[in-house]
Formats: sequence, structure tokens, C-alpha cells
Amino acid sequence: MTENTSAPPPEAPVADRTGPAWSRIPVLRELRQSVGLQRGMLVAGLALCLLFVLMALLAPLVAPYRYNQLADDAGTFARQAPPGDGHLWGTTVGGYDVLSRVIWGAQTALSTVIIAVVAALFLGVLLGLVSGYLGGWLDRVLVTIADAIYAFPTLLLAIVISIMISGGQSSKWGGIIAAALSITVVFIPQYFRVVRAETVRLKAEPFVEAAQVIGTPTGRILSRHVLRNATRSLPLIITLNASEAILTLAGLGFLGFGILPTSAAEWGYDLNRAISDVASGIWWTGVFPGAAIVLLVLGVTLVGESLNDLADPRLRIRRRAIGGASIENRDEEEQR
Amino acid sequence: MSQRTPAPGDAPETGGSAVVDIRDLRITFATDADPVRAVDGVDLTVRPGEVLAVVGESGSGKTVTGKSILGLLPETATVQGAVLLDGQDVTTLSGTQLRQVRGRDAAMVFQEPSSALNPVYTIGWQLTEGLRAHGVRSKKAARAKAIEVLGQVGIPDPQSRVDHYPHQFSGGQKQRIVIAMALVLGSKVIVADEPTTALDVTVQAEILDLLRRVRTEFDTAIVLITHNMGVVADLADRVAVMYQGKVVEEAPARALFADPQHSYTRALLAAVPALPTRAGSAGVGERQATAEDPQPDGGAPLVQARDLHVVYPSRLGRPGFHAVAGASFEIAPGEVLGLVGESGSGKTTIGRAIAGLTRATGGSLQVLGHEMVGFRERAFRPLRARIGFVFQDPATSFNPLLTIADCIAEPLMVHTSATPREVRSRVAALLDAVHLPQHFGDRYPHELSGGQRQRASLARALALDPELLIADEPTSALDVSVQARVLEVFTELQERLGFAALFISHDLAVVGMLARRIAVLYRGEPVELGESASVLLDPQHSYTQRLLASVPVPDPVAQERRREELAALAD
Repeated sequence: MTENTSAPPPEAPVADRTGPAWSRIPVLRELRQSVGLQRGMLVAGLALCLLFVLMALLAPLVAPYRYNQLADDAGTFARQAPPGDGHLWGTTVGGYDVLSRVIWGAQTALSTVIIAVVAALFLGVLLGLVSGYLGGWLDRVLVTIADAIYAFPTLLLAIVISIMISGGQSSKWGGIIAAALSITVVFIPQYFRVVRAETVRLKAEPFVEAAQVIGTPTGRILSRHVLRNATRSLPLIITLNASEAILTLAGLGFLGFGILPTSAAEWGYDLNRAISDVASGIWWTGVFPGAAIVLLVLGVTLVGESLNDLADPRLRIRRRAIGGASIENRDEEEQR
Repeated sequence: MSQRTPAPGDAPETGGSAVVDIRDLRITFATDADPVRAVDGVDLTVRPGEVLAVVGESGSGKTVTGKSILGLLPETATVQGAVLLDGQDVTTLSGTQLRQVRGRDAAMVFQEPSSALNPVYTIGWQLTEGLRAHGVRSKKAARAKAIEVLGQVGIPDPQSRVDHYPHQFSGGQKQRIVIAMALVLGSKVIVADEPTTALDVTVQAEILDLLRRVRTEFDTAIVLITHNMGVVADLADRVAVMYQGKVVEEAPARALFADPQHSYTRALLAAVPALPTRAGSAGVGERQATAEDPQPDGGAPLVQARDLHVVYPSRLGRPGFHAVAGASFEIAPGEVLGLVGESGSGKTTIGRAIAGLTRATGGSLQVLGHEMVGFRERAFRPLRARIGFVFQDPATSFNPLLTIADCIAEPLMVHTSATPREVRSRVAALLDAVHLPQHFGDRYPHELSGGQRQRASLARALALDPELLIADEPTSALDVSVQARVLEVFTELQERLGFAALFISHDLAVVGMLARRIAVLYRGEPVELGESASVLLDPQHSYTQRLLASVPVPDPVAQERRREELAALAD
């Protein structure tokens, strides 16, 4: 039945060439294409992500205090003050303002995600292309290394690398880069794998052979013919990895390998400090950073999942051809 | 079961005995763009023991019509109208009711037998699966029935073969098994969707024979969906010609071939390349006359193969697979050599070896004076500018992210240092040469039809004015009417530019139209090489004779005669 379910008659025009120019940008194109539940997921995910991006960008403006501020004109902050006047979400055991730490934390989380994903993307794609296209012993060695990295528990690997880079604790950017690079190492094999598999598939495609027959140099084949066709599934992995990166960063911070509270706000660290509060009924120090982590991960994952469904013509929900209601794909729920 | 029971007798012209009665069927698909109406008001009836052929080019809605008989349409389809299968409207049945109908009343034979069978179960298990689903409890009885049907479809030694797995059968045998799966439940109608397209022509003749026997012995109605007019002439009693979702003509087979009414039917029949006959002077004769002019000028041959071997390595400790075993031939400048053979005969491998895509392993293969056995890519690369290659599937031989103009310009960018302006004008000239409008250059490959893409592919291959063109089954993925146009362009350009060509095809009629000389390959070995006319009209080797006799011709009367000739040949 796989054939049947994806068989719109041939020569049907592909939608990405119709409509206004903005609708050809990857995520926006899917947004325009989507219908029903999938659209709801995508919109919710994008809204959550946008919220955190705004929080990160406007942190200096919206946050009432700095992330490491312990006192203002009225004097030193009370410790573990409940939510109320002056401190909307209360203060932590160290005397920091919870609301401010949550807002500033978005900055740390997003910069780590961006650095981690970009670094892993470039290295992974490059290695995957070369390894898949050239094959031979280089391919075998790289695949073995990638498999070996898979075999490590990712958090353990991240801890080891974070200790190697920064000795455990450090300044804001030192900490961010240490966390990002340790996540990078974990993610490179994923990009490597996906791009390598695509490259191996594309290598046998007639249009790559056509380029070989013409006598196109290998570098040109890779950049012009293989790379652009191999990156189609990357937006999905990027979004899914981004949520994993947030969790890894929070995990590192929670375990005490993150960033000092005086150099930057970091949700995982705040959660760690909130453990002892839980028993004494102080809920606000743990709930707010925790909710921030959950919501950001949820937002990114929703975007990733709905992009994944929309990219697959068999999972994509379409408007019914006659009448307005959309068709839910029956098998979809079972497949998930 | 509740269903609309039509009053018997209101089916047109059948007296109510129709097994399948399709009435005003309209099927619409939801796509990412506008909805596509695949079937638009089709009326068809099939009586017991009748073979109805549904003919049309790809996208005409013939497969969708066939699948609607079994209710096998995807979720995105919206169906209007009625499909009465043995008096029951399939379009209104629930999933459970459909499952009861499928197999018992109607069965399907798919195009690709290898993918229609589950590789991890024995064929006996798969044959009895249908029986189990329809309430046969006894394993013994089911197995006995499976063995009986296997014997009926001509699988030798069914008692032991019933426990074999699909990969242990040949392609033709697998298709027999798929037909057996339809027969085991005694289906009243079999929908055969291009049942022989994936098979070699000699195997095709056997499967068509089997279908004919099924029709007479079991009184099963067959809906034959095909684009091959020869197959239609061989098997069909009645023919419905579909075009853009509508049935444009419906007539008994003999009447349709003898006197086609609709202009589309006439065009379709005219586009079928004809095999030369001793009496007629079609095809080869004409080509012979024109081929005199650009006589090979006696220069050194462009390609010279001496006892060429291509061996694909296999697992350690096992002998490799001999794809080509001892082929010797030459291609002179300006000459078109046709390479014919069934799948697995090594014809594509030879083409790829000449282009340096596959390594020749033994003997000698000189291409443009360069030895290809043990060649180095770096040394061969400059010569690549003098070789053009047209691939089989135009859909995949273009980078989907580049425009047609960019694709055609690729060889120029790689081998010349032309300015963008020169490249543009050259691309324009090339598009013009293959009769594509200029603005097609700005389109992306998926926005062109198959035939247009294949012409663009020809333009790309000719971009650097090559001396040698290798065309690997360039028309086998195309509809007949489109194929005719592509071949026309090919012939015209070959005469004008005078390049030599290796034309690889499994279709003898196509090769006969184009090539001056033909080489016939069988299991990696060339069995016959000679002038087109002598190979096609007076084949010497028994394999060539069988190959020629197996090709069905689009004429029911002549085909019946040929069928007898083939039977005589087999004895």
C-alpha cells in the first residue's frame, strides 16, 4: 500500500513554486501547506519558540533585574522570598530574582543551541559528504568512530568534554562554548549519518552519474549536485537536536558542570539549587526554570515533529478535494 | 450485507451478466496544489470470460480506474459514481465488506511481481493466506489447493516448489505465482495492471499465453491495463481507449485496430514503432536508404571492443558475476549501432563501460583511442567532452534543484571557459535543436513532461558536439506517442550532426528504426551482429529468432499468426 498512498497522478505541479516568495522559505512553506492538527502543532511550536527568542533578545529590557543582581536601591534581596511585591516569581536561596534568571536563561540556552547545532551541522555535513561520496577506508574509519561515539552515554561524554575544555565551571562564554562543543561532539555522528546515507543514495542517482559522464570534477559534483540534494531532511534533525541540546545543557548545569550563577543565568543550575527547597515547600524556585525548559523543548519538538510529518507526502494531511474538511490519515496515529 | 442492488438488466448491452459495471465514475485526488481529476465520467462493463483492455498513456487514469474495482484507492481520492462488482457497489462498502469482496470476486495482478510477493514467506504460505482469510480452516486442504493452482499456472514440480521463497523464482515465474494467487480463490475478475511491462519480451509472451488460458479455462474476466498496443492485440477481446480521464473510444479489438474511429486512437496506433516485415518496407528499408548518405568515412573506429569482459566482484571466495563475457564490436564514426538484449544481458553494462561508469575488467576496450581496461579517471577526463550520454529515466537524470538551462550548461561550464553570454546562446541553440521552446530553460526538471525532459537530456548530451553518443534505453520510460517524438528528434539530429551512437534498447522495433547495424546480446555474450535488415528479417541465431517472434505486433490478426509461429519455434 505504500505505493498507493503516495500516488497523486504524475505531472502534478509541485506546490513550492506557486504562491508568494516568502512561502518558499523552508518553515514558512510548510506553514502555508499545513492543514488541521498538523497546522495546530506547527503554529503552537513556532509561537513557543518565538516567545523564547523574544525573551532572549529583549532580556535586558524585560527582565526586572540582572541575572546576577543580589541587591537594588532598596537594599539586599530577601532570600527565598515568595512571589509577591518586588519579586514577581520570588527569589532563590542565593537571593537571585527568579523571573530575571528565567528570562536571562533563555539567552544562555539559545546561544548554546545555536553554537552547538551550527558547529555540528558544518562538521557533520562535510564529513558525511566526503565519507559517503569517496567511500573506501576513509568511510569505514569515520563510520566506526561515529558508531563508537553513539555507544557512549551522551551526557557522560558531554561531562567529560566539558571538564576537558573548561575544567568544569567557568565564565559565561567559556561555559556556553564548553557546553555547546560537548553537545556538538555528540551530534556530529547524527548529521554525519544522515548526510552520508543521502550521499550514498545520491551517488547512484542518474543525475550524479550524468555529471560524472560529463567529467565534472569531484568537488563540483559534491557542492553543486550532491550537497543541495542531501540536505533536505536536515531541518528536521536540527529542530530535534535543538531540543536535545537544551536538555543536555540543563543536564550539565544540574549536575554542576555548567556556568557559574555570577557569569550567566542557566536553568539547570537553578534547578539544582532548588532541590533542597522542594522539601520545605518553596515551589517557585524549581517550577519556573523547569517550566521554561519544558516549554522550550516542547516548542522546538512540536516544530520538528510537524515538519517531519509535512515533509512526508504520506503523512501530510490535505484538504479534501471536494468539500472543505480535511482528511485525517487513518494510519497516522498507529505509525507514530 | 446491505448494498444497492441494481435491477438486473439495466447494465447496457449485457443483459445483466456483467461482472464489473462501472457507471459514471469520477475520481478526484487532493494534492498540494489544485485537486486533480484523474477519472472523469467513465462507463465500462466487463462480462465473464472477457478480456477488456484499458489503454492509454501515463496519467490517463487507467490504473486508477482499475484499482477502483477493488476499492484500492488512496485516502486522498474522492470517488463519485458507482463501481458494481458482481452487483455490489464497491464504492459504498465498508472495510470489512471490501476485504470479503477482494480475492473472492476480484483480484489484482501487479506490474512488478518481485515487489508484490513478500520475500520472507514461502509462496505456499502466501497462496494459502487468501484461503485462510476467506474461511478455509484446514491447512491440508489449503496446501493441496495451492499446489493444484501452481501446477495450473505452469510452475514445474509444484509439490516441492510450493515451499520455496520468492527469490528462488525467476521474474516470469513470480508473475505466474501472482496470477495463481488470483486464481486460488476463484476470482470472477482479475485486474491486471501492466502485468508484463517489467518482464522481458520472451517471458511476456509466456505470461500472455497463461492469461489467455486462464480466461478460457476458468472463465475469468480480465481487465488488462496496459500501454502496449501489441499486448492489447495479443490478448484483448474489447478495448477501451482512455485519454485524460475519459474513455474516448470503446470497440472490439479487431474492429479497433482495423478501423480506429477517434483521432487519439489513430495517433496512438500510428506512434507504435513497427517491426519490419519481409513484405513491407517499413522502418529498416527507409532508414537504409538515408543511411547510405553519411557513410562511415572509413576513419579509425571510435569504439573498438575485443573480447571485452566485465566482471562484477562478488563475495570473497566466490567467482564474480560475468555481466559481459567476450563481446567484440566496433563503432565507426557517424554510425549508429543498436544493442539489443533482455534484462541481464549486459547491454547497459557495455554502455556504462564505454562511458567509464563501470570498469571493464578483461579483454580490450578502446574508446576514442583510450584503453578503458584499467583506466585512470584523471587521464580519461579530457576525452569525456567527446562522449555524450542519455540516461534511461529522464525523471532522475536531472538535478532537481537546477533549471533545465543550468543542467544543459553544465558540460560547457566544466569543459570550456565560455562567458555566461556564450553559454546562454549555446543553451538557446541546443534547446532549439531539440525543439523545446526557449523559456523551458528557466523551468525546473519536474515542470517538464517525460518526453520534454528526455529531449532536454539529449540537448545536454550534445552540448559539446560529441563524436559519440551513448543512449541507454532512452525511450523505455516514455509513452509510445512521446517515444515517437523523441526518436524523431534523435534521428534528425544524428543525420544533421553526424555523431556516432550506441543505441541500447530492449525494443527491437525501436532499434530497427534507428540503427544501421544491430548487435544482439544474450547472457553477456553477443550472439548476432549484422546489418539491421538482415538481423531483423533473417535472424540466424535461434535466440534472435525467438526474440523476434515474441514481440507482439499491434494487429490482432497478424499477432494470431505470429503466436502460432512462436509456438512452432518453441517445439
